Amino acid sequence: MDNLLAARSTMAITLGFHIIFACIGMTMPFLMVVSHWIWIRKKNRIYLDLTKTWSKGVAIFFAIGAVSGTALSFELGLLWPGFMKYAGPIIGMPFSWEGTAFFVEAICIGLFLYGWNKLNPYIHWVSGLLVGISGVLSGIFVVTANAWMNAPAGFDWMNGQASNIRPFDAMFNPAWVSETLHMTIAAFEATSFAVAGLHAILLLRKHNFEIHKKALIIALSFGSIFAVLQPLSGDHSAKDVAKRQPEKLAAMEGLFESERNAGLTIGGIPDVKNEVTRLGVKIPRLLSFLAYGDFDAEVKGLNEFPEENWPPVLPVHFAFQIMVACGFFLAAAGIIFWLLKWKWKEYLFHKRFLYLAAVCTPLGFLAVEAGWTVTETGRQPWIIYNIMKTADSVTPVPGQIFHLSVFLLIYLILTVVAVWLMKRQIKALNDSQEKAGV
Amino acid sequence: MLYVVIIFLLVSVYLYCLLGGADFGAGIIELFSHKSNKEKIKKIVSNAMAPIWEANHMWVIITVVILFMAFPGIYTQISISLYIPLILLLIGIVLRGTAFTFRHYDAVQDHAQVVYSRIFAVSSLLVSFFFGLIIGAIVSGKITTTPVDFFDGYLHPWINLFSVSTGIFICSLFAFIASVYLVSETTEKETRLLLVKKAKTATAVMVISGGMVFVFSSIEGVDFASRFLRHPASITAILLATIALPFLWNILNKGLIWPSRILAGIQLFFILAAFYFIYYPEVIILKEGSNISLYNAAAPAATLTQLGWALIVGSFIIFPALFYLFKVFKAERHPE
Repeated sequence: MDNLLAARSTMAITLGFHIIFACIGMTMPFLMVVSHWIWIRKKNRIYLDLTKTWSKGVAIFFAIGAVSGTALSFELGLLWPGFMKYAGPIIGMPFSWEGTAFFVEAICIGLFLYGWNKLNPYIHWVSGLLVGISGVLSGIFVVTANAWMNAPAGFDWMNGQASNIRPFDAMFNPAWVSETLHMTIAAFEATSFAVAGLHAILLLRKHNFEIHKKALIIALSFGSIFAVLQPLSGDHSAKDVAKRQPEKLAAMEGLFESERNAGLTIGGIPDVKNEVTRLGVKIPRLLSFLAYGDFDAEVKGLNEFPEENWPPVLPVHFAFQIMVACGFFLAAAGIIFWLLKWKWKEYLFHKRFLYLAAVCTPLGFLAVEAGWTVTETGRQPWIIYNIMKTADSVTPVPGQIFHLSVFLLIYLILTVVAVWLMKRQIKALNDSQEKAGV
Repeated sequence: MLYVVIIFLLVSVYLYCLLGGADFGAGIIELFSHKSNKEKIKKIVSNAMAPIWEANHMWVIITVVILFMAFPGIYTQISISLYIPLILLLIGIVLRGTAFTFRHYDAVQDHAQVVYSRIFAVSSLLVSFFFGLIIGAIVSGKITTTPVDFFDGYLHPWINLFSVSTGIFICSLFAFIASVYLVSETTEKETRLLLVKKAKTATAVMVISGGMVFVFSSIEGVDFASRFLRHPASITAILLATIALPFLWNILNKGLIWPSRILAGIQLFFILAAFYFIYYPEVIILKEGSNISLYNAAAPAATLTQLGWALIVGSFIIFPALFYLFKVFKAERHPE
């Protein structure tokens, strides 16, 4: 494996690992806040147990997120010094705000996790809420920096040097709204469905405790709203990509030749050599409409661009298909949940619906990973779109394969241990619920 | 605005050494405690760190953000030349934080606790060591922008006696701060005495390894001892830090908790100040004889203005919140 590919893989696994914990950190506080609020107001013991149970999971995940996030802040420079040398001063602004937000998050999580019996209940509750708010702000700031890589702004680029730096314009670059919106919703959606799914699995396994039912309702009530909103945000993002990064859209769709009245390809296998996508289902004219709001619009194919600037078509196309499929599945599950809640309450804990919720457990996170694959791989070969190539920014330090292997191993072990710890937590919870006889 | 940013950079480094350092030092204390005391120390360390370690750890992130935004030349050169020790540092940071949390939050208390504790303690030592080693390497004058081979570019800057001795020095410094700080986390007289003893051992190691830093700098041809002697402010700072030691023992023995904590913080301040007076505004001393400094590597004015304001506004949010966090969890415990 050459140095560049190894460095890219290291970045991919670090980001792919961190994003899961970041999503959990952004979402769980809101679920806990709801449960905590009900406990404070109604004094129903189950909600206290639920808040504490969730908070233990959050403590474990937040720690992994915090340290893997630290690793990321160093790795940007370790892996891509050529990029950071220019990008730091231009796009540092959101990072500097992210520093504050992350700090507040770390302080408030300490207050929330260890503040039981020490803080006034309402101050305690607010500390939990602040964890969520600062977590979401952190996420938005970081994604803003990524948006800048896709839509660089706020500087003049001449002879390989940046000048006339305008940090404000860089932060509020043309892509920041669509990317941060899509990601924030995705974080809420993925985490809520994963939580709901876990509790559904426990209910299916005959741990028929009230706490799991309450958890399922809170998580799905929250997650389903965002699952339904996500396709709208996705549409917004797609239009954005069509306008600014047409070759990325072409790779997502596996579209090689430019077309008027372009059809939307669902599935299919792009054959890059022969420049054709086979076996897909094509819905006539829909792509033109989705990308430009006009059934007759021309959608640019990859052939409009020099081949050395094509993103890797296969992974981008597949990742996009996976993301969209997961997204629509979750949106449908969300609608079913609202229907049941509204009309057929008695079926909410029916086996079939619990199976559906269980199936949804990994789908949100699968979509998040696939979505990031689309964004990042779809931007290649550029690290700053149309300005700097990834290959030109990689570290000169040889032996990147070792860095990759070590971090892959560490993150694998951490994943296994985190799952194992969750299992032990869940067992302890079920045992305590059994004892309490609820 | 450059000076505002520099002040925040120095404050962040200081607070990371003080607060983060105390947490890493706690792990070192645990590592070097006798089997018969281990459980006791473990409990004190766990309770002391749990609510605050993540906040304490944030100072390194603030430091990194200031570096890459305001002084990109420093950040990228360190990232390239000290790639390997930085990776080792990161591995330590990841393992320390996760092992500590897993130990605290595992639902079942079984053999796994031993494993978590081991990893936590050893990685605390590793992080402190590599942190100190990296600081030493940055000023060692062995970093080069035009390496002739792998050894010259990526190994020699940090594999040398000078950098290793700064690594050991930082370990003992962190252990010293931690033991002074942990004394008040227990109300048991016996354990307090034990921690005071640890503080004294750490001081002894600190003095010896501090001497080693000077000796090895001459052996390795690092322009450190001679620079030190040329700066009266640095000499004064080190003298003050040393003179403060007997006072510290005195008030520690009397059980005056906050005065001893504050005095240890002041001693750390003097040590870092001595370092600052030697090098400011230079940061990376290059093999080529030139240097990368806070002035010649500074980002354009627009960036510095924005960062300066972000830091000022941010500090109005962070400091009160941090103060509240410490007030809630670090109220003094009186001895029995």
